[in-house]
Amino acid sequence: MIEESTVQRALDVALARGGEFAEVFVEDKRSSSGRFDDGRIEELGSGRTRGAGIRVVVGEATGFAHTADLTNAGLAAAAEAAAAAARGGGAGTRVVALERRETSPQPVAERPEEVDKATKVDLLRRADEVARSSGDSIKQVSASYGDSRRRILVANSDGLLAADDQTRTMFVVGVVATGDGGMQTGRRSVGHTMGFELFDRYQVEDLARDAARQALTKLSARPAPSGALPVVIGPGGGGVLFHEACGHGLEADHIQKDVSVFAGRVGEQVASPLVTIVDDATMGNEWGTFAIDDEGTPAQRNVLIEDGVLTDYLWDGLRARKAGRPLSGNGRRQSYQHLPMVRMTNTYLANGESDPADILADTPHGVYIAHLGGGQVNTATGDFVFGMTEAYLIEDGRITEPLREGNLIGNGPRVLELIDAVGDDFAMGPPGTCGKDGQGVPVGDGVPTLRVTELTIGGTAA
Amino acid sequence: MSGDRDLLAIADGVLALAHDDEQVEVVVGRSSSTEVRAYRGEVEQFAAATAAGIGVRVVRDRRQGFAYAGTLDPDVLAETLAEARDNARFASPDEWLGLAEPDGVAVPDLDLYREGIDAVSTDAKIDLALALEAAVRASDPRITGVESADYADGIAETALASTAGIRVESRDASCYVSVACVAEDGDDTQTGYGFSVGRLPGELDVETAAADATRRATRLLGATKPASGRATIVLDPYVTAQLLGIIGGTLSGESVLKGRSLFADRLGEEVAAAAITLVDDPTNPLAYTASETDGEGLASRRNVLIDGGRLERFVHNAYTARRAGTTSTANAVRGLASTPGAGCRALSLVPGTATQEELLRQVGDGVLVSSVSGLHSGVNPVSGDFSTGAEGLRIAGGALGEPLREFTIGSTLQRMLAEVVAVGGDVEWLPMRAAGVSLVIGDVTLSGT
Repeated sequence: MIEESTVQRALDVALARGGEFAEVFVEDKRSSSGRFDDGRIEELGSGRTRGAGIRVVVGEATGFAHTADLTNAGLAAAAEAAAAAARGGGAGTRVVALERRETSPQPVAERPEEVDKATKVDLLRRADEVARSSGDSIKQVSASYGDSRRRILVANSDGLLAADDQTRTMFVVGVVATGDGGMQTGRRSVGHTMGFELFDRYQVEDLARDAARQALTKLSARPAPSGALPVVIGPGGGGVLFHEACGHGLEADHIQKDVSVFAGRVGEQVASPLVTIVDDATMGNEWGTFAIDDEGTPAQRNVLIEDGVLTDYLWDGLRARKAGRPLSGNGRRQSYQHLPMVRMTNTYLANGESDPADILADTPHGVYIAHLGGGQVNTATGDFVFGMTEAYLIEDGRITEPLREGNLIGNGPRVLELIDAVGDDFAMGPPGTCGKDGQGVPVGDGVPTLRVTELTIGGTAA
Repeated sequence: MSGDRDLLAIADGVLALAHDDEQVEVVVGRSSSTEVRAYRGEVEQFAAATAAGIGVRVVRDRRQGFAYAGTLDPDVLAETLAEARDNARFASPDEWLGLAEPDGVAVPDLDLYREGIDAVSTDAKIDLALALEAAVRASDPRITGVESADYADGIAETALASTAGIRVESRDASCYVSVACVAEDGDDTQTGYGFSVGRLPGELDVETAAADATRRATRLLGATKPASGRATIVLDPYVTAQLLGIIGGTLSGESVLKGRSLFADRLGEEVAAAAITLVDDPTNPLAYTASETDGEGLASRRNVLIDGGRLERFVHNAYTARRAGTTSTANAVRGLASTPGAGCRALSLVPGTATQEELLRQVGDGVLVSSVSGLHSGVNPVSGDFSTGAEGLRIAGGALGEPLREFTIGSTLQRMLAEVVAVGGDVEWLPMRAAGVSLVIGDVTLSGT
């Protein structure tokens, strides 16, 4: 991707003003996509970006510059700009000896860039056909395919030199159904850190059928209730709850600025004893999986909450160095044009011991959520909100009528305490993009069936 | 950025490689930006960046293909065209496809680039971020933390040329300061934000941004969860701007043609209360997203979308217009890495005359909504279902009362538009695609305890 000597030279320039830490991040990303909508293949697209981001740390200050020019001169200019931005006053010469670290990128069985465009297009057509044949009320179908190959190389003044080769493939089907009560939507998406073998694992026909079923079911949905109710979340359908309600609040940047409800609480019981929450970038082929993070740290499995006790936060290099503790492999960035930050990878609530059927049967009245949508949290107060994309009423311990869409709200720390049942049917959910400070990175999440004794449902029914 | 290669010349160079039997559109962009973050009186981060790229669209045999590259390296330019051409082979033919044609509307001169922005010193930018952080910290003893205090600016240059005869270039600059802070009182914690936008750093109002953030955080201290019920709500200008963004999405010609707009069959009908006149006007230089041309190089223009409650028009790009049997409203929206969609560009409501205080007096009893969360997950622009998390203050006896948190507001977009009681006169231009103004909406479901 780039000569080691070029990277070495850039590090020398970055440190010439007395920087304490310098890093060169090189990225080469190619992507391809296809979009089917309104009965036709609208477009195929291809993209390529390539460049390097250079970071210099002096005291508490970080200087950053990036360039798409990967020549010796281009990198040196960016390194000079980053060093100047960090306002390093002194002069110094440090010799960095780079040592290449072995990494194991996720295996790819079938390279997407070697698959015919016609084969990708065919997937889209098949999804459309099956979704449309699911019922006369299906009025619109869209489907998208996407793959990307992202090669990165990280070198820093600690002598680290490490690389990764990340291939991700995804597929989405969206359906609109129209009935007497207006329009409703259904959606299924799958994505993994793997190649075109994604379609050995999933048949696009199944995804299309399921998206159509979701939209058709909601046509007869009644308004969601409003007010506080018990909520049962289905397997794989609600990992975003823990991503929002607790994950963001455990990111060390929020902790160090004391803008998290979880600051200063390591070792304390912060959740029901049924709750164990893990962030794991090593899970095979998941959407948030990688070999190294975007600072070159090997992927790790980190237990954040164990049996209800807060065990640790998530760290990137800057915050770990400041706290004098080991790295956790959570320094990630959207692209070479961005500074790394503390980010989650695959975040999940671990299996419990309850039988999912018992959890439901033991809930006289409440809401069952098969799929949650996106969410948002205020880490300082812990207040969060997320959407229900597929939900049902629970009456007398049984799932009954479908509900229209609405938001759920709650408070992170309080919800963790209100979990009174966790099932043994863990599943990962759909691929997600986590946004923070304007940067998006791929993340995964998962949950078994679980119950929260009380969440506020923002419906319109009394 | 002077001295660099001329962007229009680069676009012309790629166009020269077009075959006779194809239409080609080339958009070339270059930008530079600075971001400074202050923390505890020091610079925490300083990022300086330049980026450039090219997007190429090819239409051949009524099929469209697209490719982009994040560089202007000469060897990549021809490759990008070849890739777009190859992609076109796999698309379905569509008789309405094609590039935008020149329509004779003169490109307005909006003065969006001010000489001098690239002469502003690094120190002056840093000082703005530091001053902002200091102002917030000093504003109230209950302010205990500053999550971020940022200065950011950007200069963007774009050129677009096509075989259909479009040839335009533009340049604009903008900057802003923004701050997010935390207020504490006993066990209670609340957050607030403030910002100021301009085209030159001298236009930024650091004091007002700081005071807004402090007021928003401190006035929510002690907030409790309200009881569920129905209420009249007053939206703060920033919340209204977010709502307008969603409504704008439903008026996209693309959503309408594809059966994804709840307003698809309602052109010419009353879709909102008479108080609502919604305008999309990127030619207003006060709008943060003002620009001289749209994403296909057509001259920007003012479009009235809803007039006194009546749905007047949808917004179109060249493709959606051709397919709908009308002309482009110059609403092609895009980045370098995508083909143009059809969307609103700079929305605002025609304001009334009342201040927010006067509106509160008229309302008597209700809730002032100061912020909402979960808009992207809780509002379905196809069905119109609307449900978001919210916080704010009770309105009692025509004045602001106790603070409220952790409740939701629920309705449908259709119903909210119909229930608009009044539009305030307090227009705020925000760093987004829509302007804010206080808005009174009746009969919304409040969900709390």
